[in-house]
Amino acid sequence: MFYDLSPVWISLATSIVATAITLILGVAAASWRERRTGTAYAIFDGIALLPLVLPPTVVGFLLLLLFGRHGPLGQLLLRIGVSIVFSWPATVIAAAVVSFPLMYLTARAAIAQVDAPLLQAARTLGASEWRVFRRIVIPLAAPGLLAGTILSFARALGEFGATLMLAGDIPGRTETIPLAIYFAVEAGDMRRAIIWSVIDVTISLALLFALYYWARPQSAARAQFGRS
Amino acid sequence: MALEVQIEKQLAAYKLSLALATGAKPLAVLGPSGAGKTMTLRCIAGLERPDSGRIVLNNRVLFDSAKNINVPSRDRRIGLLFQNYALFPHLTVAENIAFGLESLALYERLTHIREQISKLHLDGLENRRPRELSGGEQQRAALARALATNPEALLLDEPLSALDTHLRSQIEQQLLETLSQYRGAALLVTHNIEEAYRLGSDLLVLSSGQAAAFGPKEEIFRHPPTVEVARLTGCKNFSPARSISANEIEATNWRCQLRVTQKIAKPVTRVGIRAHQIEFLESHQAARNDAIENVFPCWPTSSSETPFRITLYLKLHNAPTESDHHDLQAEIYKEKWQQFKEAPLPWHVRLAPQSLMIFPE
Repeated sequence: MFYDLSPVWISLATSIVATAITLILGVAAASWRERRTGTAYAIFDGIALLPLVLPPTVVGFLLLLLFGRHGPLGQLLLRIGVSIVFSWPATVIAAAVVSFPLMYLTARAAIAQVDAPLLQAARTLGASEWRVFRRIVIPLAAPGLLAGTILSFARALGEFGATLMLAGDIPGRTETIPLAIYFAVEAGDMRRAIIWSVIDVTISLALLFALYYWARPQSAARAQFGRS
Repeated sequence: MALEVQIEKQLAAYKLSLALATGAKPLAVLGPSGAGKTMTLRCIAGLERPDSGRIVLNNRVLFDSAKNINVPSRDRRIGLLFQNYALFPHLTVAENIAFGLESLALYERLTHIREQISKLHLDGLENRRPRELSGGEQQRAALARALATNPEALLLDEPLSALDTHLRSQIEQQLLETLSQYRGAALLVTHNIEEAYRLGSDLLVLSSGQAAAFGPKEEIFRHPPTVEVARLTGCKNFSPARSISANEIEATNWRCQLRVTQKIAKPVTRVGIRAHQIEFLESHQAARNDAIENVFPCWPTSSSETPFRITLYLKLHNAPTESDHHDLQAEIYKEKWQQFKEAPLPWHVRLAPQSLMIFPE
């Protein structure tokens, strides 16, 4: 091979780390939100879902303002000698932020469909809230959480706009597959763009198959089990 | 073993406000759907918070609005059998039973599980998941799960309503057996009159969030304190009434005077009789109807049958015209019905004085 394969590893590493962060934050936020009703929480929903509707460039720009040299978080991090912008962690942050809404939405739906009496039964049996969450909510929401994880991973893998704004295109450090394709086309290297595209399509298809495979037994199990 | 409850809670349609106490004998809470039965259980189990009141179990204060005490569900040591059992679908029967035994050592946990499995006849079903069980098995598994933690009180929410009718009587027997072995305070709610009578020892009749009657079940069925309680315990026939002498009343809707056994103390406003207590007399008995009190000629207006019984809708005193409503509803076994259905009209019914319930209110 005459190519540097680093975009594949950077893309995978970024997506894996970003998905892990999204999974933890998404499930935590969803289960925190699930038990609350009120307008204030609806505003939280709006903010949580913003990255889904905003153009990725806007998300990236806002992140840049936040993490930049003069941004509130950027200054805070600078004090401990960390600069996020144009570094690998920036690709992770960008990917995590844009994929968060997908995880949050699916996690909320998955947690909401766990029957309330099951949680109450667990409580009357002496279980702490953490134990109820770990032994009842998570296992019963697992198929939905898995689907959310795969969706988030796919979204993170395809992230372009916000990554470019926050992390730039530094080959070997922040250049993910989508960035590599864009700059290959810009440089007129169609062959290279096609090869990267084929790799991207392959990974995405594999993910969609996985999603289909895992989402199906879930609905079958639910149909079989009915409402109870 | 004692559970004392006194709670108030504002609900959408009415205010739940009641007091009850129960000890070693099971208490049945009877009421129509939406009377607040399930809400009462949920308050006791700590799944809902009453607006005010006090809940005490074996001298342990679980809830006291005045002292701002509200022990969470997990620390109340109260077992709750949910209407649809709420078994954990992803866990086996044994795992479901083990769920509440986390704090025990492994050996002890296994002993408890085995004990419950044999007590509730779940042998061989240990490794099944809830969806692979029949309705009755699910109920026993849920009972085993609740009892495994040795709760000080056991609450059952419509324990038989999720089951097919033909299974009920057998499962009811097993439930009765389980309840008789249980050493804590037991409280069950149901909308089924017969179920409440068979499973409960004491009875609380609940109507729109208020206790309409509370006491030994025989007493409540024999002498319902109010028309409401009589109706909720299955009485079908009522008429406005007024007293005309020390042991006679006039039932205005039934257009007759009735002799009663009870001493009439307060002014009477209503009289009632249960459908199955209306007696049908043979024609030769009726012929001497001066000798027996409270006998009246009647005509059937319509009827409705169940496999073994028939409900007759009756018009008293004169033959019904097309538009007439019935005065009384009587229920008798079909064998008895066969004996007089061909008899010439009018038939004669007797509203026996000892069967009449009179209400002052």
